Amino acid sequence: MSQSQLANAQITLPVAAGQVGRLSQAVMAMVLGIFVVGMVGFSHIDVVHNAAHDVRHSNAFPCH
Amino acid sequence: MSTFRAIVFASVISGFVVGLIVTVVQQFGTVPLILKAEVFEKAAQTHQHDAPVAAQPAAGHDHADHDPAAAHDHGDHDHGAADHDHGAGAWEPRDGLERNAYTAAANVLTAIGFALLLAGFFAVRSGATGAGVSWHEGLLWGLAGFAVFTLAPGLGLPPELPGVPAAPLLSRQIWWLAAVLATSGGLALIAFRRTVPAAISGVILLTLPHLIGAPELANIETNVPSSLTHQFVTAVTVTSLVFWTLLGGLTSAVFARFDRGATL
Repeated sequence: MSQSQLANAQITLPVAAGQVGRLSQAVMAMVLGIFVVGMVGFSHIDVVHNAAHDVRHSNAFPCH
Repeated sequence: MSTFRAIVFASVISGFVVGLIVTVVQQFGTVPLILKAEVFEKAAQTHQHDAPVAAQPAAGHDHADHDPAAAHDHGDHDHGAADHDHGAGAWEPRDGLERNAYTAAANVLTAIGFALLLAGFFAVRSGATGAGVSWHEGLLWGLAGFAVFTLAPGLGLPPELPGVPAAPLLSRQIWWLAAVLATSGGLALIAFRRTVPAAISGVILLTLPHLIGAPELANIETNVPSSLTHQFVTAVTVTSLVFWTLLGGLTSAVFARFDRGATL
């Protein structure tokens, strides 16, 4: 990391208003991602289980 | 472009590409082993229920004398759809193209989901440092994902083939989730808080789920050969390594492109 980047990181540590927006948008996207993975990999609904069966086994998600 | 849109676009594109590539890799790695194990699973089921032997296809009889190997192969594939039954008559895709199409779709969705998670971290990280996350740093994040979502839970709950009995599903899912949370927390403490107490707590967090131990059955009886299980553990782990390194590298590269116009 260069000197200027270091200085920059120190200055931006007290979170600016623009970054709160960025953080909340990132968290929103991550929650969406967790929901999608949870549905495909962990839902107890039979139809979802059967459709994603081979993927659950291949990803070593607990299955059956 | 807003940060959220940049994350979603990057995740959909890289998730789609990586999901399809991994589907192809699985066809050579994990799927043949799953299909082999299902032959044992079904044999055990028909034995238990004392059900009449499934009718052989007429073609199998005719050609058996001339080409036994082909007839045998054919049989393995054809038994699938009729006997395969997990959810008491619930819908399931037919073997062959339909089953593989759903596998591809589920792989793409899983990759998009994990990519959303990765790109979320990339957005926070580049917002804090002021510099974009390079493909190389993305690949390292992918390796972290491999450690968090495959290696750590796999130590306690090794990848399972169909037909191998295991502890109740919900208890395994809870342990899996706990292992993922503890491992990600532990790695984050070590990587981002460079102090000795943080490193010590990080290592404790990494080992904690394994000290508690994953739920397991007292004795496991299965017809699935242990050599098949061993091959499957290797196949799953290697496939997952390919998945995570590809996803980490590609998502970071695509996200950096979309994010260039976003306000930092």
